[in-house]
Amino acid sequence: MSDSLLDGDLWAGVRDVSPLMLGIVPFALVAGIAAVDAGLGLAEAVGMSVIVFAGASQLAALDLLGADAPLAVVVGTAVVINVRMVMYSASIAPYFAEYGRRLRAGLAYVLTDQAYALSVAEFDENPDRSRWRYYLGAAASLWVVWQVGTVVGVVVGAGVPDAWGLTFAVPLVFLALLVPAMKDRPTTAAGVAAGAVAVVAAGLPLNLGLLVGAVSGIVVGLLAEVVGE
Amino acid sequence: MTGALPAAPSVRVWIAILLIGVATYGFRLSFIHLFGRIDEVPAAIKRPLRYVPPAVLAALVLPDLVTLGPSVAATLLDERLIAGAVAGVVAWRTENVFATIAVGMGVLWLFRFVAFA
Repeated sequence: MSDSLLDGDLWAGVRDVSPLMLGIVPFALVAGIAAVDAGLGLAEAVGMSVIVFAGASQLAALDLLGADAPLAVVVGTAVVINVRMVMYSASIAPYFAEYGRRLRAGLAYVLTDQAYALSVAEFDENPDRSRWRYYLGAAASLWVVWQVGTVVGVVVGAGVPDAWGLTFAVPLVFLALLVPAMKDRPTTAAGVAAGAVAVVAAGLPLNLGLLVGAVSGIVVGLLAEVVGE
Repeated sequence: MTGALPAAPSVRVWIAILLIGVATYGFRLSFIHLFGRIDEVPAAIKRPLRYVPPAVLAALVLPDLVTLGPSVAATLLDERLIAGAVAGVVAWRTENVFATIAVGMGVLWLFRFVAFA
C-alpha cells in the first residue's frame, strides 16, 4: 500500500485536518446561504466555490453582487482579500520545489489558509513525510467539504425564513478569523483602523467602503510597525 | 438583504467568478511556480501582506455589526452589535469558529424571538 496514493502520508493529512472541519462546515454552509441571498442559482454558487475556492473573498463578492455593486468593485475587493495567498505561496514554495510543474500547478489550486498552516507546521516537525501527499490529504479534504457544504447551504438557505437572520453567520465567521489575526500591536492597530474606517465609509458610493477600510488598515499597520521600532 | 431578491444577472456573476478565480489562482501559483529560485519573499512585499488579514477581516466584519445611528445610544443598542460583541469575546477566549457562530446566532435569536416576544 505504501506506493499507492492512499498511503500513510495522505491519510495523515486527512486525519490532521479533520478537527478544522468544525469551522469549515458552517463557513461553507454560509457561503451557500449567502449565494442564495445574493440571487445566485445552484450552478453559479457551485461554480464560484469550485473556481474561486476562497471563502472570505466569496462571501464579500456575494455581498457586493447582491448589492448591485459595479463589477470592478466586486472583483477588486475579492482580489485584495485573496492577495494574502501570495504570502502562503511564497512560504510553502521551497517545500514543493523538487516536484514537477504539473504537480505544483495542481497543488497550488488547493492552497488555502488552513492547508498552508497545517502543512508547513508538519513539514518542519516531520521531514520524512511525503510532503505533497500529506498536503494533498489535508487540502483535498477541505476542497470536498467546501463543495458539499456550499450545495447544502444553497438547498437549506432557500428554505429558511428571513427572520432567522442566517446571513448574520457571515460576519461571525469573519470575527472568529479576525480575533486570532490580531496577534500583536501592529496587526491589532491594522484591524481597529480598518474596522473604524469601514464603518464610517459604509455610505461611500460604489460600495467602496470595504476596500477603503482595508487599505487604511494596512497603512496603519505599517505605520504602527515603524513607530514600535 | 431582505425582501425581494435583487437577482444578480447571470453573465455579470460568471464574469466576476472567472476574474476573481483567475486572479486568485495566480496568487496561489505565484511563488510555487517560481519554485526554489527565490528563497525569501522580498521584504517590500512581505511587510504589507502581514496586515492584509486583520485589515480585510475587520473591514468585512465591523460594517455588518455597526450602523452609525442618529445618537450614540441608537448606535450601541443594536442587536447585531451586542450579539457580535458577545461572539467576539467567545472568539477571543476559545479561538473556535463553531462556538463563535453558535453563541453569536444564539444571542441574536434571543433578541428576536425571546426578549421582545
